[in-house]
Amino acid sequence: MPTQVAFFVEVLAGGLLAGVMYALVALGFVLIYKASGVFNFAQGSMVFFAALTFVSLTERGWNFWLALAVTLVVMVVLGVVIERTVLRPLVNQPQITLFMATIGLTFVLEGLSQLIWGSQPHGLELGIADVPIDWLSQKLNINISQFDIFAAFVAGALVAVLAVFFQKTRIGRALRAVADDHQAALAVGIPLQHIWAIVWAVAGFVALVAGLMWGVRNGVQYALTFTALKALPVLLIGGFESIPGAIIGGLIIGATEKLAEVYVGPMFGGGIESWFAYVVALLFLLVRPEGLYGEKHIDRV
Amino acid sequence: MSAVIKPKTDPILSVINIEVIYDHVILVLKGVSLEVLDGQIVALLGANGAGKTTTLKAISNLLRAERGEVTKGMILYRGERIDRSSPAELVKRGICQVMEGRHCFQHLTVEENLLTGAYTRGYIASGVREELEKVYRYFPRLKERRHAQSGYTSGGEQQMTAIGRALMARPRMILLDEPSMGLAPQLVEEIFEIVRELNRKEGVSFLLAEQNTNIALRYADYGYILENGRVVMDGEGRELAENEDVKEFYLGFSSAGRRSFRDVKSYRRRKRWL
Ligand SMILES: Nc1ncnc2c1ncn2[C@@H]1O[C@H](COP(=O)(O)OP(=O)(O)OP(=O)(O)O)[C@@H](O)[C@H]1O
Ligand SMILES: [Mg+2]
Repeated sequence: MPTQVAFFVEVLAGGLLAGVMYALVALGFVLIYKASGVFNFAQGSMVFFAALTFVSLTERGWNFWLALAVTLVVMVVLGVVIERTVLRPLVNQPQITLFMATIGLTFVLEGLSQLIWGSQPHGLELGIADVPIDWLSQKLNINISQFDIFAAFVAGALVAVLAVFFQKTRIGRALRAVADDHQAALAVGIPLQHIWAIVWAVAGFVALVAGLMWGVRNGVQYALTFTALKALPVLLIGGFESIPGAIIGGLIIGATEKLAEVYVGPMFGGGIESWFAYVVALLFLLVRPEGLYGEKHIDRV
Repeated sequence: MSAVIKPKTDPILSVINIEVIYDHVILVLKGVSLEVLDGQIVALLGANGAGKTTTLKAISNLLRAERGEVTKGMILYRGERIDRSSPAELVKRGICQVMEGRHCFQHLTVEENLLTGAYTRGYIASGVREELEKVYRYFPRLKERRHAQSGYTSGGEQQMTAIGRALMARPRMILLDEPSMGLAPQLVEEIFEIVRELNRKEGVSFLLAEQNTNIALRYADYGYILENGRVVMDGEGRELAENEDVKEFYLGFSSAGRRSFRDVKSYRRRKRWL
Protein backbone atom coordinates (compact mmCIF):
# COMPACT_ATOMS: atom_id res chain seq x y z
CA MET A 1 0.00 0.00 0.00
CA PRO A 2 1.36 3.45 -0.82
CA THR A 3 2.53 5.16 2.32
CA GLN A 4 0.16 8.10 1.89
CA VAL A 5 -2.88 5.88 1.79
CA ALA A 6 -1.58 3.63 4.52
CA PHE A 7 -1.03 6.64 6.71
CA PHE A 8 -4.54 7.93 6.05
CA VAL A 9 -6.05 4.56 6.89
CA GLU A 10 -4.00 4.41 10.03
CA VAL A 11 -5.13 7.84 11.20
CA LEU A 12 -8.75 7.12 10.34
CA ALA A 13 -8.76 3.74 12.07
CA GLY A 14 -7.02 5.19 15.10
CA GLY A 15 -9.62 7.93 15.20
CA LEU A 16 -12.57 5.58 14.89
CA LEU A 17 -11.21 3.38 17.62
CA ALA A 18 -10.66 6.38 19.88
CA GLY A 19 -14.25 7.26 19.06
CA VAL A 20 -15.38 3.92 20.44
CA MET A 21 -13.83 4.92 23.73
CA TYR A 22 -15.74 8.21 23.72
CA ALA A 23 -18.92 6.36 22.89
CA LEU A 24 -18.39 4.17 25.96
CA VAL A 25 -18.51 7.20 28.21
CA ALA A 26 -21.35 8.82 26.30
CA LEU A 27 -23.46 5.68 26.73
CA GLY A 28 -23.60 6.18 30.48
CA PHE A 29 -24.97 9.69 30.01
CA VAL A 30 -27.55 8.55 27.49
CA LEU A 31 -28.94 5.82 29.73
CA ILE A 32 -29.66 8.12 32.62
CA TYR A 33 -30.84 11.02 30.50
CA LYS A 34 -33.21 8.86 28.54
CA ALA A 35 -34.86 7.32 31.55
CA SER A 36 -35.03 10.24 33.92
CA GLY A 37 -34.23 13.41 32.00
CA VAL A 38 -31.25 14.04 34.27
CA PHE A 39 -27.98 15.07 32.72
CA ASN A 40 -25.65 13.22 35.02
CA PHE A 41 -22.56 15.36 35.23
CA ALA A 42 -21.07 12.82 37.62
CA GLN A 43 -20.72 10.13 34.95
CA GLY A 44 -17.02 11.03 34.56
CA SER A 45 -16.32 10.63 38.24
CA MET A 46 -18.21 7.33 38.22
CA VAL A 47 -15.78 6.19 35.51
CA PHE A 48 -12.90 7.30 37.68
CA PHE A 49 -14.30 5.72 40.81
CA ALA A 50 -14.86 2.40 39.04
CA ALA A 51 -11.38 2.23 37.55
CA LEU A 52 -9.73 3.28 40.80
CA THR A 53 -11.63 0.71 42.82
CA PHE A 54 -10.75 -2.04 40.40
CA VAL A 55 -7.08 -1.17 40.15
CA SER A 56 -6.72 -0.74 43.90
CA LEU A 57 -8.23 -4.15 44.53
CA THR A 58 -5.94 -5.86 42.01
CA GLU A 59 -2.94 -4.09 43.49
CA ARG A 60 -3.87 -5.58 46.83
CA GLY A 61 -3.44 -8.96 45.25
CA TRP A 62 -7.03 -9.73 44.38
CA ASN A 63 -7.64 -12.05 41.51
CA PHE A 64 -8.71 -10.27 38.30
CA TRP A 65 -12.22 -11.73 38.11
CA LEU A 66 -12.91 -11.34 41.79
CA ALA A 67 -11.87 -7.69 41.65
CA LEU A 68 -14.03 -7.20 38.58
CA ALA A 69 -17.04 -8.79 40.22
CA VAL A 70 -16.62 -6.84 43.44
CA THR A 71 -16.19 -3.56 41.57
CA LEU A 72 -19.30 -4.31 39.59
CA VAL A 73 -21.24 -4.88 42.79
CA VAL A 74 -19.83 -1.66 44.23
CA MET A 75 -20.91 0.31 41.13
CA VAL A 76 -24.39 -1.15 41.17
CA VAL A 77 -24.79 -0.37 44.85
CA LEU A 78 -23.41 3.11 44.26
CA GLY A 79 -25.95 3.70 41.51
CA VAL A 80 -28.82 2.61 43.71
CA VAL A 81 -27.58 4.69 46.65
CA ILE A 82 -27.27 7.79 44.46
CA GLU A 83 -30.81 7.33 43.23
CA ARG A 84 -32.08 6.91 46.78
CA THR A 85 -30.22 9.70 48.48
CA VAL A 86 -29.74 12.34 45.83
CA LEU A 87 -32.39 11.99 43.17
CA ARG A 88 -35.42 10.58 44.91
CA PRO A 89 -35.71 13.48 47.36
CA LEU A 90 -35.48 15.86 44.41
CA VAL A 91 -38.14 14.24 42.30
CA ASN A 92 -40.47 16.81 40.67
CA GLN A 93 -37.85 19.52 41.03
CA PRO A 94 -36.80 21.48 37.95
CA GLN A 95 -34.19 19.86 35.75
CA ILE A 96 -31.60 22.48 36.56
CA THR A 97 -31.81 21.52 40.24
CA LEU A 98 -31.15 17.89 39.40
CA PHE A 99 -28.27 18.90 37.16
CA MET A 100 -26.75 20.95 39.97
CA ALA A 101 -27.17 18.01 42.29
CA THR A 102 -25.13 15.83 39.93
CA ILE A 103 -22.41 18.48 39.83
CA GLY A 104 -22.29 18.31 43.60
CA LEU A 105 -22.20 14.56 43.34
CA THR A 106 -19.20 14.78 41.02
CA PHE A 107 -17.06 16.40 43.67
CA VAL A 108 -18.30 14.15 46.44
CA LEU A 109 -17.45 11.09 44.38
CA GLU A 110 -14.02 12.39 43.45
CA GLY A 111 -13.27 13.24 47.04
CA LEU A 112 -14.56 9.90 48.22
CA SER A 113 -12.52 7.92 45.70
CA GLN A 114 -9.33 9.59 46.77
CA LEU A 115 -10.21 9.37 50.42
CA ILE A 116 -10.67 5.62 50.16
CA TRP A 117 -7.97 4.71 47.69
CA GLY A 118 -5.49 7.57 47.86
CA SER A 119 -4.65 10.02 45.14
CA GLN A 120 -1.58 8.57 43.45
CA PRO A 121 -1.96 7.55 39.79
CA HIS A 122 -1.95 3.85 38.93
CA GLY A 123 -1.08 1.93 35.82
CA LEU A 124 -3.64 -0.61 34.68
CA GLU A 125 -3.02 -3.83 32.75
CA LEU A 126 -5.67 -6.12 31.42
CA GLY A 127 -3.20 -8.47 29.77
CA ILE A 128 -3.55 -6.93 26.35
CA ALA A 129 -0.69 -4.64 25.53
CA ASP A 130 -1.29 -1.28 23.94
CA VAL A 131 1.08 -2.01 21.02
CA PRO A 132 0.60 -2.09 17.24
CA ILE A 133 -0.51 -5.35 15.69
CA ASP A 134 2.64 -6.85 14.09
CA TRP A 135 0.85 -8.37 11.17
CA LEU A 136 -0.71 -5.09 10.07
CA SER A 137 2.49 -3.11 10.54
CA GLN A 138 4.55 -5.51 8.48
CA LYS A 139 2.14 -6.37 5.68
CA LEU A 140 0.33 -3.07 5.19
CA ASN A 141 2.53 -0.66 7.01
CA ILE A 142 -0.42 0.44 9.17
CA ASN A 143 -0.04 0.80 12.92
CA ILE A 144 -3.15 -0.08 14.85
CA SER A 145 -3.02 -0.87 18.54
CA GLN A 146 -4.27 -4.30 19.47
CA PHE A 147 -5.72 -2.84 22.61
CA ASP A 148 -7.85 -0.49 20.52
CA ILE A 149 -9.25 -3.46 18.67
CA PHE A 150 -9.91 -5.21 21.95
CA ALA A 151 -11.66 -2.12 23.33
CA ALA A 152 -13.83 -1.96 20.23
CA PHE A 153 -14.87 -5.57 20.77
CA VAL A 154 -15.66 -4.92 24.39
CA ALA A 155 -17.73 -1.89 23.46
CA GLY A 156 -19.51 -3.90 20.79
CA ALA A 157 -20.31 -6.65 23.27
CA LEU A 158 -21.53 -4.12 25.81
CA VAL A 159 -23.84 -2.49 23.32
CA ALA A 160 -25.16 -5.87 22.22
CA VAL A 161 -25.90 -6.83 25.83
CA LEU A 162 -27.64 -3.52 26.44
CA ALA A 163 -29.65 -3.85 23.25
CA VAL A 164 -30.91 -7.28 24.23
CA PHE A 165 -31.68 -6.04 27.72
CA PHE A 166 -33.67 -3.08 26.44
CA GLN A 167 -35.48 -4.84 23.62
CA LYS A 168 -36.19 -8.27 25.00
CA THR A 169 -36.67 -8.11 28.74
CA ARG A 170 -39.57 -6.98 30.84
CA ILE A 171 -37.43 -4.52 32.78
CA GLY A 172 -35.87 -3.21 29.58
CA ARG A 173 -39.30 -2.60 28.11
CA ALA A 174 -40.34 -0.83 31.28
CA LEU A 175 -37.23 1.33 31.02
CA ARG A 176 -38.16 2.39 27.52
CA ALA A 177 -41.72 3.02 28.63
CA VAL A 178 -40.51 5.28 31.43
CA ALA A 179 -38.26 7.10 28.99
CA ASP A 180 -41.27 7.75 26.77
CA ASP A 181 -43.85 8.87 29.29
CA HIS A 182 -43.41 8.98 33.07
CA GLN A 183 -47.07 9.56 33.80
CA ALA A 184 -48.28 6.70 31.68
CA ALA A 185 -45.64 4.45 33.18
CA LEU A 186 -46.92 5.28 36.64
CA ALA A 187 -50.47 4.68 35.52
CA VAL A 188 -49.72 1.15 34.33
CA GLY A 189 -48.04 0.43 37.63
CA ILE A 190 -44.35 0.69 36.77
CA PRO A 191 -42.63 2.00 39.91
CA LEU A 192 -40.48 4.83 38.59
CA GLN A 193 -38.06 4.71 41.47
CA HIS A 194 -37.14 1.07 40.91
CA ILE A 195 -36.59 1.79 37.27
CA TRP A 196 -34.39 4.79 38.01
CA ALA A 197 -32.35 2.77 40.48
CA ILE A 198 -31.86 0.12 37.82
CA VAL A 199 -30.79 2.70 35.27
CA TRP A 200 -28.24 4.15 37.65
CA ALA A 201 -26.94 0.69 38.35
CA VAL A 202 -26.61 -0.02 34.64
CA ALA A 203 -24.87 3.33 34.18
CA GLY A 204 -22.50 2.26 36.96
CA PHE A 205 -21.76 -0.92 35.03
CA VAL A 206 -21.10 1.05 31.85
CA ALA A 207 -18.84 3.38 33.83
CA LEU A 208 -16.86 0.38 34.99
CA VAL A 209 -16.28 -0.83 31.45
CA ALA A 210 -15.33 2.66 30.28
CA GLY A 211 -13.08 3.10 33.31
CA LEU A 212 -11.16 -0.08 32.57
CA MET A 213 -10.63 0.79 28.92
CA TRP A 214 -9.60 4.37 29.62
CA GLY A 215 -7.54 3.27 32.59
CA VAL A 216 -5.40 1.04 30.40
CA ARG A 217 -4.98 3.80 27.85
CA ASN A 218 -4.20 6.76 30.11
CA GLY A 219 -3.54 5.28 33.52
CA VAL A 220 -5.97 5.47 36.41
CA GLN A 221 -5.69 8.99 37.68
CA TYR A 222 -7.74 12.03 38.46
CA ALA A 223 -7.67 13.11 34.79
CA LEU A 224 -10.02 10.22 34.03
CA THR A 225 -12.87 12.38 35.30
CA PHE A 226 -12.33 14.61 32.29
CA THR A 227 -13.45 11.83 29.98
CA ALA A 228 -16.89 13.23 30.74
CA LEU A 229 -15.96 16.36 28.86
CA LYS A 230 -14.90 14.25 25.91
CA ALA A 231 -18.33 12.71 25.85
CA LEU A 232 -20.09 16.04 25.61
CA PRO A 233 -19.49 16.73 21.89
CA VAL A 234 -20.40 13.13 21.23
CA LEU A 235 -23.75 13.73 22.88
CA LEU A 236 -24.28 16.97 21.01
CA ILE A 237 -23.85 15.10 17.76
CA GLY A 238 -25.58 11.87 18.65
CA GLY A 239 -28.44 13.28 20.66
CA PHE A 240 -28.83 12.81 24.39
CA GLU A 241 -31.40 10.08 24.16
CA SER A 242 -30.02 7.67 21.62
CA ILE A 243 -27.72 4.73 22.12
CA PRO A 244 -26.95 4.36 18.39
CA GLY A 245 -26.43 8.13 18.42
CA ALA A 246 -23.80 7.82 21.13
CA ILE A 247 -21.92 5.26 19.07
CA ILE A 248 -22.10 7.05 15.75
CA GLY A 249 -21.39 10.36 17.49
CA GLY A 250 -18.33 8.82 19.13
CA LEU A 251 -17.04 7.51 15.82
CA ILE A 252 -17.58 10.85 14.08
CA ILE A 253 -15.83 12.78 16.82
CA GLY A 254 -12.96 10.32 17.09
CA ALA A 255 -12.33 10.23 13.36
CA THR A 256 -12.64 13.95 12.62
CA GLU A 257 -10.55 14.82 15.65
CA LYS A 258 -7.63 12.65 14.56
CA LEU A 259 -7.89 13.52 10.89
CA ALA A 260 -8.06 17.21 11.71
CA GLU A 261 -5.07 16.96 14.02
CA VAL A 262 -2.99 15.38 11.29
CA TYR A 263 -4.18 17.14 8.16
CA VAL A 264 -5.52 20.48 9.35
CA GLY A 265 -3.58 20.93 12.55
CA PRO A 266 -0.23 21.82 10.92
CA MET A 267 -1.86 24.86 9.29
CA PHE A 268 -2.55 26.24 12.76
CA GLY A 269 0.69 25.02 14.22
CA GLY A 270 -0.86 21.89 15.72
CA GLY A 271 -2.63 21.25 18.99
CA ILE A 272 -6.18 21.39 17.73
CA GLU A 273 -7.17 17.90 18.80
CA SER A 274 -8.33 18.95 22.23
CA TRP A 275 -10.92 21.45 21.07
CA PHE A 276 -11.69 20.49 17.49
CA ALA A 277 -14.39 18.08 18.65
CA TYR A 278 -16.33 21.02 20.04
CA VAL A 279 -16.07 22.88 16.75
CA VAL A 280 -17.51 19.88 14.96
CA ALA A 281 -20.25 19.54 17.56
CA LEU A 282 -21.19 23.21 17.39
CA LEU A 283 -21.31 23.18 13.59
CA PHE A 284 -23.43 20.11 13.83
CA LEU A 285 -25.82 21.80 16.22
CA LEU A 286 -26.45 24.54 13.68
CA VAL A 287 -27.61 21.96 11.17
CA ARG A 288 -29.40 19.50 13.45
CA PRO A 289 -30.12 20.95 16.86
CA GLU A 290 -31.70 17.72 18.09
CA GLY A 291 -28.58 15.73 17.22
CA LEU A 292 -28.16 12.99 14.69
CA TYR A 293 -30.52 10.56 16.39
CA GLY A 294 -32.24 12.96 18.73
CA GLU A 295 -35.68 11.68 19.63
CA LYS A 296 -38.08 12.98 17.09
CA HIS A 297 -41.17 13.76 19.06
CA ILE A 298 -43.93 12.09 17.22
CA ASP A 299 -46.62 14.69 16.84
CA ARG A 300 -49.57 12.68 15.69
CA VAL A 301 -52.61 12.80 17.84
CA MET B 1 -90.31 -2.39 31.39
CA SER B 2 -88.20 -5.14 30.04
CA ALA B 3 -84.84 -3.59 30.81
CA VAL B 4 -82.56 -5.85 32.73
CA ILE B 5 -82.21 -4.51 36.21
CA LYS B 6 -78.81 -5.23 37.57
CA PRO B 7 -78.88 -6.73 41.03
CA LYS B 8 -77.89 -4.31 43.75
CA THR B 9 -74.28 -5.06 44.63
CA ASP B 10 -71.70 -3.74 47.01
CA PRO B 11 -69.78 -0.66 46.06
CA ILE B 12 -66.44 -1.49 44.49
CA LEU B 13 -65.38 2.12 44.86
CA SER B 14 -66.50 4.83 47.25
CA VAL B 15 -65.17 8.33 47.14
CA ILE B 16 -66.19 10.09 50.29
CA ASN B 17 -66.18 13.84 50.49
CA ILE B 18 -62.68 14.39 49.15
CA GLU B 19 -60.94 17.68 48.82
CA VAL B 20 -57.97 18.10 46.49
CA ILE B 21 -55.41 20.86 46.55
CA TYR B 22 -52.73 21.44 43.91
CA ASP B 23 -49.43 23.11 44.74
CA HIS B 24 -50.57 23.51 48.37
CA VAL B 25 -52.87 26.40 47.45
CA ILE B 26 -55.18 25.67 44.54
CA LEU B 27 -58.36 24.08 45.86
CA VAL B 28 -59.85 22.10 42.99
CA LEU B 29 -62.18 19.50 44.50
CA LYS B 30 -64.37 20.84 47.26
CA GLY B 31 -65.90 17.75 48.76
CA VAL B 32 -66.69 15.22 46.07
CA SER B 33 -68.48 11.99 46.90
CA LEU B 34 -69.44 9.25 44.54
CA GLU B 35 -69.90 5.53 44.40
CA VAL B 36 -69.44 2.82 41.81
CA LEU B 37 -71.22 -0.45 42.45
CA ASP B 38 -69.51 -3.64 41.41
CA GLY B 39 -70.25 -4.23 37.74
CA GLN B 40 -71.51 -0.74 36.98
CA ILE B 41 -70.54 1.80 34.38
CA VAL B 42 -70.61 5.18 36.04
CA ALA B 43 -70.19 8.43 34.16
CA LEU B 44 -68.54 11.49 35.61
CA LEU B 45 -69.73 14.47 33.62
CA GLY B 46 -68.97 18.13 33.56
CA ALA B 47 -67.50 20.95 31.53
CA ASN B 48 -63.86 21.82 31.06
CA GLY B 49 -62.04 22.26 34.31
CA ALA B 50 -64.86 20.86 36.42
CA GLY B 51 -62.48 18.45 38.12
CA LYS B 52 -63.20 15.14 36.41
CA THR B 53 -59.57 14.28 35.70
CA THR B 54 -58.57 15.41 39.16
CA THR B 55 -61.13 13.06 40.70
CA LEU B 56 -59.86 10.10 38.69
CA LYS B 57 -56.26 10.90 39.52
CA ALA B 58 -57.09 11.20 43.18
CA ILE B 59 -58.44 7.66 43.03
CA SER B 60 -55.51 6.18 41.12
CA ASN B 61 -53.09 8.23 43.21
CA LEU B 62 -51.44 9.85 40.22
CA LEU B 63 -51.98 13.24 41.81
CA ARG B 64 -48.78 13.28 43.75
CA ALA B 65 -46.75 13.32 40.55
CA GLU B 66 -48.55 16.56 39.72
CA ARG B 67 -48.11 18.18 43.11
CA GLY B 68 -51.68 17.49 43.99
CA GLU B 69 -52.89 16.14 47.31
CA VAL B 70 -56.05 14.74 48.81
CA THR B 71 -56.41 16.82 51.94
CA LYS B 72 -59.80 15.64 53.22
CA GLY B 73 -62.11 12.72 52.92
CA MET B 74 -61.30 9.18 51.96
CA ILE B 75 -61.38 6.71 49.14
CA LEU B 76 -62.41 3.09 49.60
CA TYR B 77 -61.90 0.24 47.21
CA ARG B 78 -63.86 -2.85 48.17
CA GLY B 79 -64.24 -1.34 51.58
CA GLU B 80 -60.56 -0.69 52.20
CA ARG B 81 -58.88 2.67 52.27
CA ILE B 82 -56.58 3.23 49.34
CA ASP B 83 -55.64 6.88 49.63
CA ARG B 84 -52.11 5.95 50.74
CA SER B 85 -51.47 3.20 48.21
CA SER B 86 -48.99 3.79 45.39
CA PRO B 87 -50.25 3.64 41.81
CA ALA B 88 -48.38 0.36 41.35
CA GLU B 89 -50.14 -1.22 44.35
CA LEU B 90 -53.48 -0.02 43.05
CA VAL B 91 -52.84 -1.57 39.67
CA LYS B 92 -51.95 -4.81 41.41
CA ARG B 93 -55.19 -4.66 43.37
CA GLY B 94 -57.19 -4.12 40.22
CA ILE B 95 -57.68 -0.39 39.62
CA CYS B 96 -56.25 0.95 36.38
CA GLN B 97 -56.46 4.39 34.92
CA VAL B 98 -56.59 5.11 31.21
CA MET B 99 -55.43 8.68 31.04
CA GLU B 100 -56.89 11.55 29.16
CA GLY B 101 -55.08 11.87 25.83
CA ARG B 102 -54.28 8.10 25.82
CA HIS B 103 -50.60 8.49 26.73
CA CYS B 104 -49.35 5.54 24.73
CA PHE B 105 -45.64 4.90 24.81
CA GLN B 106 -44.93 6.48 21.46
CA HIS B 107 -41.69 4.72 20.63
CA LEU B 108 -42.88 1.29 21.68
CA THR B 109 -44.85 -0.90 19.34
CA VAL B 110 -48.52 -1.51 19.97
CA GLU B 111 -47.76 -4.96 21.34
CA GLU B 112 -44.98 -3.67 23.58
CA ASN B 113 -47.40 -1.09 24.91
CA LEU B 114 -49.83 -3.82 25.78
CA LEU B 115 -47.11 -5.87 27.45
CA THR B 116 -46.10 -2.98 29.70
CA GLY B 117 -49.63 -3.20 31.09
CA ALA B 118 -48.74 -6.60 32.52
CA TYR B 119 -45.69 -5.22 34.33
CA THR B 120 -47.16 -5.58 37.79
CA ARG B 121 -47.93 -9.21 37.12
CA GLY B 122 -44.26 -10.09 37.33
CA TYR B 123 -42.05 -11.99 34.96
CA ILE B 124 -43.72 -13.27 31.84
CA ALA B 125 -45.04 -16.42 33.35
CA SER B 126 -48.63 -17.36 33.45
CA GLY B 127 -51.39 -16.01 31.37
CA VAL B 128 -49.83 -12.98 29.75
CA ARG B 129 -50.00 -14.50 26.27
CA GLU B 130 -53.63 -15.46 26.81
CA GLU B 131 -54.39 -11.98 28.06
CA LEU B 132 -52.79 -10.53 24.94
CA GLU B 133 -54.93 -12.73 22.75
CA LYS B 134 -57.99 -11.66 24.67
CA VAL B 135 -57.17 -7.98 24.12
CA TYR B 136 -56.70 -8.73 20.43
CA ARG B 137 -60.10 -10.38 20.37
CA TYR B 138 -61.73 -7.24 21.71
CA PHE B 139 -59.62 -5.01 19.49
CA PRO B 140 -58.87 -6.91 16.28
CA ARG B 141 -57.43 -3.74 14.80
CA LEU B 142 -54.64 -3.79 17.36
CA LYS B 143 -53.62 -7.24 16.24
CA GLU B 144 -53.16 -6.01 12.70
CA ARG B 145 -51.14 -3.07 13.93
CA ARG B 146 -49.23 -4.83 16.67
CA HIS B 147 -45.77 -4.24 15.22
CA ALA B 148 -46.41 -0.60 14.39
CA GLN B 149 -44.81 2.07 16.51
CA SER B 150 -47.57 3.43 18.67
CA GLY B 151 -46.77 7.05 17.89
CA TYR B 152 -47.64 6.42 14.27
CA THR B 153 -51.00 4.76 14.84
CA SER B 154 -54.28 6.67 14.58
CA GLY B 155 -56.03 8.34 17.49
CA GLY B 156 -58.62 5.59 17.66
CA GLU B 157 -55.96 2.92 17.63
CA GLN B 158 -54.11 4.73 20.39
CA GLN B 159 -57.26 4.85 22.49
CA MET B 160 -57.70 1.14 21.95
CA THR B 161 -54.06 0.54 22.84
CA ALA B 162 -54.50 2.52 26.03
CA ILE B 163 -57.58 0.55 27.05
CA GLY B 164 -55.98 -2.73 26.03
CA ARG B 165 -52.88 -1.88 28.03
CA ALA B 166 -55.01 -1.37 31.12
CA LEU B 167 -56.77 -4.68 30.50
CA MET B 168 -53.44 -6.50 30.56
CA ALA B 169 -53.29 -5.93 34.31
CA ARG B 170 -56.60 -7.82 34.71
CA PRO B 171 -58.33 -4.91 36.39
CA ARG B 172 -61.66 -5.06 38.20
CA MET B 173 -62.15 -1.34 37.84
CA ILE B 174 -61.05 0.96 35.04
CA LEU B 175 -60.90 4.72 35.39
CA LEU B 176 -61.40 5.90 31.84
CA ASP B 177 -60.71 9.56 31.14
CA GLU B 178 -62.31 11.16 28.05
CA PRO B 179 -62.23 8.18 25.71
CA SER B 180 -64.12 10.18 23.07
CA MET B 181 -61.62 13.00 22.90
CA GLY B 182 -60.76 13.93 19.33
CA LEU B 183 -62.36 10.86 17.77
CA ALA B 184 -64.90 10.64 14.96
CA PRO B 185 -68.45 9.88 16.22
CA GLN B 186 -68.50 6.44 14.67
CA LEU B 187 -65.28 5.50 16.39
CA VAL B 188 -66.53 6.85 19.70
CA GLU B 189 -69.55 4.60 19.34
CA GLU B 190 -67.28 1.65 18.63
CA ILE B 191 -65.17 2.31 21.71
CA PHE B 192 -68.20 2.64 23.97
CA GLU B 193 -69.60 -0.59 22.58
CA ILE B 194 -66.38 -2.34 23.56
CA VAL B 195 -66.51 -0.74 27.00
CA ARG B 196 -70.02 -2.13 27.44
CA GLU B 197 -68.89 -5.54 26.27
CA LEU B 198 -65.95 -5.56 28.68
CA ASN B 199 -68.32 -4.54 31.42
CA ARG B 200 -70.80 -7.31 30.66
CA LYS B 201 -68.47 -10.14 29.73
CA GLU B 202 -65.45 -9.51 31.88
CA GLY B 203 -67.28 -7.88 34.74
CA VAL B 204 -65.02 -4.84 34.75
CA SER B 205 -66.53 -1.79 36.45
CA PHE B 206 -65.95 1.58 34.82
CA LEU B 207 -65.79 5.10 36.10
CA LEU B 208 -65.60 7.22 33.00
CA ALA B 209 -65.07 10.93 32.75
CA GLU B 210 -66.65 12.48 29.69
CA GLN B 211 -67.52 15.82 28.24
CA ASN B 212 -69.63 14.05 25.69
CA THR B 213 -72.62 13.76 27.99
CA ASN B 214 -74.88 12.42 25.32
CA ILE B 215 -73.00 9.25 24.58
CA ALA B 216 -71.81 8.73 28.14
CA LEU B 217 -75.36 8.70 29.48
CA ARG B 218 -76.45 6.22 26.86
CA TYR B 219 -73.94 3.70 28.14
CA ALA B 220 -73.75 4.54 31.83
CA ASP B 221 -75.84 2.93 34.55
CA TYR B 222 -75.36 5.93 36.76
CA GLY B 223 -73.97 9.44 36.38
CA TYR B 224 -72.60 12.30 38.43
CA ILE B 225 -72.39 15.86 37.21
CA LEU B 226 -69.47 17.82 38.45
CA GLU B 227 -69.25 21.57 38.39
CA ASN B 228 -66.48 23.62 39.88
CA GLY B 229 -65.19 20.80 42.00
CA ARG B 230 -68.56 19.78 43.42
CA VAL B 231 -71.09 17.14 42.53
CA VAL B 232 -74.18 19.13 41.58
CA MET B 233 -76.42 16.30 40.47
CA ASP B 234 -76.48 12.56 40.21
CA GLY B 235 -78.84 9.85 39.11
CA GLU B 236 -79.47 6.84 36.90
CA GLY B 237 -78.14 7.30 33.39
CA ARG B 238 -81.57 7.36 31.76
CA GLU B 239 -83.01 9.64 34.39
CA LEU B 240 -80.21 12.17 33.91
CA ALA B 241 -80.54 12.02 30.15
CA GLU B 242 -84.18 13.02 30.50
CA ASN B 243 -83.63 15.72 33.09
CA GLU B 244 -84.53 19.17 31.75
CA ASP B 245 -81.49 20.92 33.19
CA VAL B 246 -79.12 18.31 31.96
CA LYS B 247 -80.76 18.51 28.56
CA GLU B 248 -80.40 22.23 28.54
CA PHE B 249 -76.85 22.49 29.74
CA TYR B 250 -75.11 19.34 28.74
CA LEU B 251 -77.03 17.80 25.92
CA GLY B 252 -77.21 20.96 23.86
CA PHE B 253 -81.01 21.24 23.59
CA SER B 254 -80.83 24.88 24.51
CA SER B 255 -80.40 27.93 22.36
CA ALA B 256 -79.19 30.09 25.19
CA GLY B 257 -75.78 28.48 25.27
CA ARG B 258 -74.16 27.15 28.37
CA ARG B 259 -74.78 29.06 31.53
CA SER B 260 -74.01 27.78 34.95
CA PHE B 261 -76.22 25.38 36.78
CA ARG B 262 -76.37 27.92 39.54
CA ASP B 263 -78.50 30.25 37.45
CA VAL B 264 -81.36 27.81 37.11
CA LYS B 265 -84.24 27.98 39.53
CA SER B 266 -85.13 24.35 39.29
CA TYR B 267 -81.62 23.40 40.14
CA ARG B 268 -81.36 22.28 43.69
CA ARG B 269 -77.89 22.13 44.83
CA ARG B 270 -77.20 19.03 46.76
CA LYS B 271 -74.73 19.10 49.49
CA ARG B 272 -73.35 15.68 50.00
CA TRP B 273 -72.09 15.00 53.42
CA LEU B 274 -70.67 11.86 54.72
N1 LIG C 1 -51.43 20.12 38.07
C1 LIG C 1 -52.30 21.11 38.32
N2 LIG C 1 -51.91 22.18 39.04
C2 LIG C 1 -52.79 23.17 39.29
N3 LIG C 1 -54.06 23.19 38.90
C3 LIG C 1 -54.51 22.16 38.19
C4 LIG C 1 -53.66 21.06 37.86
N4 LIG C 1 -54.37 20.17 37.15
C5 LIG C 1 -55.62 20.70 37.04
N5 LIG C 1 -55.70 21.88 37.65
C6 LIG C 1 -56.91 22.72 37.76
O1 LIG C 1 -57.92 21.96 38.34
C7 LIG C 1 -59.17 22.23 37.73
C8 LIG C 1 -59.82 20.92 37.32
O2 LIG C 1 -59.04 20.31 36.31
P1 LIG C 1 -59.37 18.89 35.72
O3 LIG C 1 -58.30 18.57 34.76
O4 LIG C 1 -59.60 17.95 36.82
O5 LIG C 1 -60.73 19.18 34.96
P2 LIG C 1 -61.53 18.26 33.94
O6 LIG C 1 -62.90 18.21 34.44
O7 LIG C 1 -60.84 16.97 33.74
O8 LIG C 1 -61.47 19.13 32.63
P3 LIG C 1 -61.34 18.67 31.09
O9 LIG C 1 -62.71 18.32 30.66
O10 LIG C 1 -60.85 19.90 30.42
O11 LIG C 1 -60.40 17.53 31.05
C9 LIG C 1 -58.90 23.15 36.57
O12 LIG C 1 -59.27 24.45 36.95
C10 LIG C 1 -57.42 23.09 36.38
O13 LIG C 1 -56.93 24.34 35.99
MG1 LIG D 1 -59.98 16.09 32.17
